[in-house]
Amino acid sequence: MRIQVQADPFDPGTELNTFPQSADGVGAVVSFTGVVRDDTGTLRHMEIEHYPGMTERAIMSIAEEAQTRWALIAVLIIHRHGRLLPQEPIMMVATAAAHRKAAFEAADFLMDYLKSRAPFWKKEVSENGETCVAAKEEDETALTRW
Amino acid sequence: MIDVLYFAWLRERIGIGKEQVQTDAATVADLVEELKAREDRYASAFADVSSLRVAVDQELTTFDAPLNDAREVAFFPPMTGG
Repeated sequence: MRIQVQADPFDPGTELNTFPQSADGVGAVVSFTGVVRDDTGTLRHMEIEHYPGMTERAIMSIAEEAQTRWALIAVLIIHRHGRLLPQEPIMMVATAAAHRKAAFEAADFLMDYLKSRAPFWKKEVSENGETCVAAKEEDETALTRW
Repeated sequence: MIDVLYFAWLRERIGIGKEQVQTDAATVADLVEELKAREDRYASAFADVSSLRVAVDQELTTFDAPLNDAREVAFFPPMTGG
């Protein structure tokens, strides 16, 4: 299990290439990358604030929960904070398991929980000013799937 | 003394990210009432706690949670990670 909370950019391709898909027993690798989206063409950058200390603990606890529910061989979670430009990767999750179902489901579970249980807050800075990104009702209801 | 932390728009509204608070509050809700009584900026920030989340010693909890020997209480809006 590798968890990184960082301000620096990262390259999802490089991360995936070094993710242990050659480890014993791995038959399936699933990865998800979240990217800074610019819906209106006016976004200058995104600011992501987090709660140092709790962030790492919360992500670790979410990853441990995933490991108790699915037979995972490896888990990678990277989440950035600070200033991010449009189209830059915000975060990535990768899971490795013997079979695809566990890898897919665990990655989906991790994403749902990272979205509303890891202490990050997004703010969009555009030509028109600053807007805090509001949590969505559907993000909260997504947790009831698990 | 408890370290009280504020994040995102709550930090902006109160104007600080962290402060030390001398309190005998038994629960998170009691602490919120003490803060609201201080100044308008706190009263306005905590006007609707249903739109806020709280963590005690870096674990998410609820506003009726006891403080016991808590060292750190953090208030923030719903999280928007991922």
